Amino acid sequence: MIFHTILIIALVLLLAAILFNLYRVIKGPSSADRVQALDSVGINLIASIAVYSVLLHTHAFFDLILLIGILSFIGTVAFARFMERGAVIERKR
Amino acid sequence: MKPNDVILRSVTRVAAVIILTFSIYLFMSGHHHPGGGFIGGLSTASAIVLLYLSFGIEKVRENIRLDFKKLAAIGVLVAVGTGLAGIVFGQPFLTQTFGHVDLPIFGDTELASALIFDTGVALAVIGTAVNIILSISEDR
Repeated sequence: MIFHTILIIALVLLLAAILFNLYRVIKGPSSADRVQALDSVGINLIASIAVYSVLLHTHAFFDLILLIGILSFIGTVAFARFMERGAVIERKR
Repeated sequence: MKPNDVILRSVTRVAAVIILTFSIYLFMSGHHHPGGGFIGGLSTASAIVLLYLSFGIEKVRENIRLDFKKLAAIGVLVAVGTGLAGIVFGQPFLTQTFGHVDLPIFGDTELASALIFDTGVALAVIGTAVNIILSISEDR
């Protein structure tokens, strides 16, 4: 019972972290702030899924955790290249 | 000035191997656990897109000599052919069977013909996703 309460508290704290990150996404002055806040939202989402799968007593979401990590990494790399060079995929011209 | 992405390229060399291994795991575990052809093909496509991002189009095209349009077509052909194999044996279209086979290393393994259908789905998804991203990036 006390373990259950701790998990709920952790979920609420992670939700608060995601909300503060969303504030940075909306308010952030430069687009680098927004990209970094979105990456941080992805990491907090991974943590929430881990806590939630402990809460549900299931193994079914563990693949999803790794997949969100991979997709968040690739998305951040693509955005960073877009802001730096203007083109996401490089080619000779 | 030549851009310097040593860190991105070194990370990609390690991460692409891990992502491809993970996608093969997702593809093979689709029968009893979450996963399957679609998500396995999508994670393979994301690994190939990561290679394109960090090494550029020309270098990847030299090393992976695959026409992704043909790959999508081959995937659809494999999926349809698995369905037609049911008709050959006098069963309805898309009938699937499974059997136990003694493999040398793995021992008694349950092999299902749905795996071949899933291979077709995965090839079609890889070909379509990579082809869409390549054709978007070429139009400039």
